[in-house]
Amino acid sequence: MERIDIHPTHTYEGFKLRNGKPFPFGATLVPGGVNFSIFSSQATSCTLVLFKKHDQKPLVEIPFPEEFRIGNVYCMVVFDLDYENLEYGYRMDGPKNFREGHWFDKSKILMDPYAKIIGGRDVWGVTPDWNDIYHHRARIAFDDFDWEDDRPLEIPPSDQVIYEMHVRSFTRHPSSGVKDNHKGTFAGIREKIPYLKELGVNAVELMPIYEFDEFENSRPNPQTGETLYNYWGYSTVGFFAPKAGYAATGKFGMQVDELKSLVKELHKNGIEVILDVVFNHTAEGNEHGPTISFRGIDNKTYYMLTPEGYYYNFSGTGNTLNCNNPVVRGIVLDCLRYWASEYHIDGFRFDLAAILGRDPWGAPLANPPLLESLAFDPILAKCKLIAEAWDAGGLYQVGSFPAYGRWAEWNGKYRDGIRKFLKGDGSVGDAAQRLQGSPDLYAWSGRAPATSINFITAHDGFTMMDLVSYNGKHNEANGENNNDGSNDNDSWNCGWEGPTDDPGINALRHRQIKNAVALLMVSQGVPMILMGDEVGRTQKGNNNTYCHDNDLNWLDWTLLEKNADLFKFFKHCIAFRNAHPVLRNEWHFQNRDYVGSGYADITWHGTQAWNADWSDSCKTLAFMLCGKHAKQGTVEDNYIYVAMNMHWESLWFEIPRLHPGMKWHIFANTGANPAEASWEPGKEPVLENQAALLMGDRSVAILVGK
Amino acid sequence: MEINIKTIEDVKVAELTGDVDASTAPSVTKEVLPLAEPESKILLDMTGVPYMSSAGLRMLLSLYRQVTAKEGKLVLVGLTEDIRDTMSVTGFLDFFTTSETIDEALEILT
Repeated sequence: MERIDIHPTHTYEGFKLRNGKPFPFGATLVPGGVNFSIFSSQATSCTLVLFKKHDQKPLVEIPFPEEFRIGNVYCMVVFDLDYENLEYGYRMDGPKNFREGHWFDKSKILMDPYAKIIGGRDVWGVTPDWNDIYHHRARIAFDDFDWEDDRPLEIPPSDQVIYEMHVRSFTRHPSSGVKDNHKGTFAGIREKIPYLKELGVNAVELMPIYEFDEFENSRPNPQTGETLYNYWGYSTVGFFAPKAGYAATGKFGMQVDELKSLVKELHKNGIEVILDVVFNHTAEGNEHGPTISFRGIDNKTYYMLTPEGYYYNFSGTGNTLNCNNPVVRGIVLDCLRYWASEYHIDGFRFDLAAILGRDPWGAPLANPPLLESLAFDPILAKCKLIAEAWDAGGLYQVGSFPAYGRWAEWNGKYRDGIRKFLKGDGSVGDAAQRLQGSPDLYAWSGRAPATSINFITAHDGFTMMDLVSYNGKHNEANGENNNDGSNDNDSWNCGWEGPTDDPGINALRHRQIKNAVALLMVSQGVPMILMGDEVGRTQKGNNNTYCHDNDLNWLDWTLLEKNADLFKFFKHCIAFRNAHPVLRNEWHFQNRDYVGSGYADITWHGTQAWNADWSDSCKTLAFMLCGKHAKQGTVEDNYIYVAMNMHWESLWFEIPRLHPGMKWHIFANTGANPAEASWEPGKEPVLENQAALLMGDRSVAILVGK
Repeated sequence: MEINIKTIEDVKVAELTGDVDASTAPSVTKEVLPLAEPESKILLDMTGVPYMSSAGLRMLLSLYRQVTAKEGKLVLVGLTEDIRDTMSVTGFLDFFTTSETIDEALEILT
């Protein structure tokens, strides 16, 4: 039977209309037309502005008849539109009163906050027409992708190994070997899936891919004249749209299909996709920023405002989204549900997530409704939710982020503690907590080791190579007099600031990198490695490369050959972790033997077996994991012994004895020559001396007892 | 958009000339879809197609689904480098059998 609502009831300048449906918000294809729906609590009128794709002047401006408004939602169906070549926006009228927080301005065309495709920055780095009256243009997406049998992978959190990467940086370098028009795109990542598989990671965490404007605050580099961009993209223009400039097909508006195709292909290869999402602020900035969308639609609802009407700035970037307002909470939920269901995304990492727990005046909430809603949402039920558990306003919640049994955390204390320990400054007691999955932070509240996302480096800060090559940051190329970026790096240059030909220093740097990844891969919790660390990527000492579209960020693939020893070591360590469930426990150690193996689940040692030295000045530590306690005794594994000598001298380590008939085999020894620093898991040679191990200065050894 | 349909042995050959986009895809569907009979062999000659939009690619996939549902076969011939690349990175190419020349396609189909 034919539906009645395929027939228009109104006309306006030749366009046929009828009243629309408020849900879903955004633009939706319906029989015969497109349903447009947008919320504003304070607007007095709303006009739909339609453009033919790329046109400077609107095709038509259709005011919403008053009878098409339901509550605070304007909704209307427009018939017979060429929706593939259509761009749309809105004009809203209403009060303009800074102190009251109202910014209505009918002269501005506003982008739909629910836009699924955003035009205007279709190809990365192409200078926009600054006279355009509408820069970020909402478009209509097809939502009929053929997923066949794909769905999110639901890999248990304890089994994950995350690779944090930037879409453009991964394959933009001339050496990447991907097809020229795929360099720096989703398609480029797809070509490099075999590399990711060889490395052994099972999740990629993509730095922001929601549409952002690389020209936001773009400026010439004072040193070179080269353009500095908003390169990392931590400044969202549209929460529902993938960045067109990251797609080889962005110029055809097919970024939605290209990204979905990438997700499908990664899933086929056992690799999950986690998105780094930025809900703490938007690209509209403070009072001086552009009006793109929210500000002109309902400023007071979407942003946290001071009593005088200024923007609160807990993000350090101008404005703060008012996330615990029910309407804003709604858009965040809608957004994540959309990405989980429409794009089969496996998880989300929330940038400066502590902000999401603040009330409209900035005070931390005891029971933040947004975090609770996300934790209990039926569609997000199997998604990984990872919080960057701090914000720029000084709220630091590592260990205390409101988790509702769901939220994991970027563990900044892991990064700091392990970095200090690696350079011989840290406390062995702190290192021991970090290696166990930080039970001091999580066990008391019943949170699992996989709550802790363990990382030593991330996009924000030094790369691994720079961590061992520089004592201080060198951010001059950012044009901010080296004032930006963290000063708190816990780095050590191994005796010379920057690159050197000194073979001794270079060998030590490689050893320190291997020490770092060895500890990361034997730690309980979820390891995360930064793109390129596996081949010794450098940012030349710059620890805040947010604005560089050049070699400072691009992964130089010639390093794969140059630092082949590092790649092999990373690959082996990841494979070793994947091979040993005892490294991937689902609950914290109990420090006792609860399966009757004769050994506690974890035991601590020093240069003497069974006798760890916990004193402040100690730089050595060792631990043994009993394989019979793997995954709480539910699976059988080998025994694993890890010895760490962070002293500047070689030291003998006495090794704990195994059951009769078992022998220690050597998997890794960073103090050995690079060819023998690690072995393929399963092919570890037997250790000649079963009683003691001579550990070179600043080295880590991993033994397998079987 | 020109659509020219002929038969070579038991293969139905549809020759397309012009862009395939939201405005022309419906006419392609209208002319080509009736060729999808049980166990039919269809060759789509796209040598004369310089551009396919998102709607065009969807038309192709829909056609493929309907042909295979009837146990038929579909081969695409003469995709330009650009169209092939777009289809590849958006996943559409995974579904199709393609060939460079009509002769090669006829061999696949017969």
